[in-house]
Amino acid sequence: MADGWHKVAQRSKLAEGDIVGASIGDKQVAVYLIGGEIYATDNICTHAYACLSDGYLEGDIIECPLHAGRFEVKTGKALGAPVTQDIAVYPVKLEGDDVMVKLA
Amino acid sequence: MTTDAIVIVGAGHAGGRTAEALRAAGVTAPIHLIGEERYPPYERPPLSKELLTGKIAIEKTFIQPEAFWAEQAITLHLGMRVEAIDRERRLVRLAGGATLDYATLVLATGGRPRRLALPGVESPRVRYLRDIEDTRALQAAIAPGTRVTVIGAGVIGLEVAASARILGAAVTVLEVAPAPLGRVVERAVGDWFLALHRRHGIDMRMGVGVQAIRDGAGGATVALADGGVVEADLIVIGVGIVPNTELARDAGLEVDDGIVVDQFGRTADPAIYAVGDVARSFHPLLGRHARLEAWRNADNQPRAVARVIAGGSEPYAEVPWMWSDQFDVNLQVAGLPRVVDRTIRRGTDDKFTVIQLAEGIVVGGITVNQGRDMRPIQQLIAKAARVDAERLADAAVPLAQIVKGA
Repeated sequence: MADGWHKVAQRSKLAEGDIVGASIGDKQVAVYLIGGEIYATDNICTHAYACLSDGYLEGDIIECPLHAGRFEVKTGKALGAPVTQDIAVYPVKLEGDDVMVKLA
Repeated sequence: MTTDAIVIVGAGHAGGRTAEALRAAGVTAPIHLIGEERYPPYERPPLSKELLTGKIAIEKTFIQPEAFWAEQAITLHLGMRVEAIDRERRLVRLAGGATLDYATLVLATGGRPRRLALPGVESPRVRYLRDIEDTRALQAAIAPGTRVTVIGAGVIGLEVAASARILGAAVTVLEVAPAPLGRVVERAVGDWFLALHRRHGIDMRMGVGVQAIRDGAGGATVALADGGVVEADLIVIGVGIVPNTELARDAGLEVDDGIVVDQFGRTADPAIYAVGDVARSFHPLLGRHARLEAWRNADNQPRAVARVIAGGSEPYAEVPWMWSDQFDVNLQVAGLPRVVDRTIRRGTDDKFTVIQLAEGIVVGGITVNQGRDMRPIQQLIAKAARVDAERLADAAVPLAQIVKGA
């Protein structure tokens, strides 16, 4: 894709509190709508193989569906056992209705 | 002799977390963490799963990197057994005769596998699974085609069965009860797991007792109570743990299937606490004492108790919660209800949630591949929420919404 930005979702299809998973090549990302703003992180938990997009979002904290590890969506910070490794976060921009994510 | 030292007996997950949390709470006194095992504090869930299947290295089970303890000025005494507690002199006596004075003592001695008293059980083909050494020995003994018989279809038995199957073993599971996981989930969910293991080619035999084990050169014969036999190269017994309460008992502390403590982790001796698998604690959210054998209890009870030791006054009050991973299935269970008079099920055949009610109040929940429901379920349990069963049964109503209205 041009300049590293990839389309991952449509803004009009996202409701507040939604999390959707999307693939960019073999990278899986999770896209969140929190407080009207869009965020993106890696979708695979850093603790075990699980999709954060199957997890529980409370405010801006995502809880992994497998063992309840919690991350701060906006910073990717792992909030304590069982998750000790932060999750990668990616910049997001809107182009019209297209939600774009830039991988590192 | 006065000291301000804190001595923690048991350097497993709970003991290690206690030491770590004391430092995090600002405690600067000497901390001694004494454990019989030769490894620094580690968590046990991977032992029946990814450590057994060889997917991770031993170090991945450590709750902190090895260097952490010395960095935190926590003195680790590994491979060391505590022989006795002298409550009057406030010291512990170690094997070999040395003593350690304490101002505060925390007992985190955990549990040991319950042994089956069966003829033939002394055979080297019979194994238990509790520590890293057990796992390493098992892993070395299982190859494709190895005939593994697991006695006990509880959480550990099923996880070992699944891991052995993943390693290519021919697996048989023997269980006295009519369905697996009888202590953990209701019958319908137990039956679901029965079907899961059968689909993976495991010979699941429910309602079957074991009479004896007869060892031979080419394998062992497990003689069943109904007259049948199972041939095995390896027999793994997983029938629960017995809490290591002997030190406490011998010191005159109250024990009752665990060291009895209040919601602050305190025994009747103001200088002595207990945490983790060994502690029969008062749980405010249950309104009674219970001994929890779960990862989160080993992780969070020590944090709460450490804060109390450091001068705080918050009790440990969490909804009991545990998980089990078997094959590609994730099971989670919340609550510890003694009475369930109604269950509500939401979901499909392979991703579902069961909510347990007693007199209209949410008292427990089970999720199978639906972990996102666990947070709202725990919130409902913590609130002792009285809910409309019709709304609960309506999968179109998000659980989060039911929590808000509760």
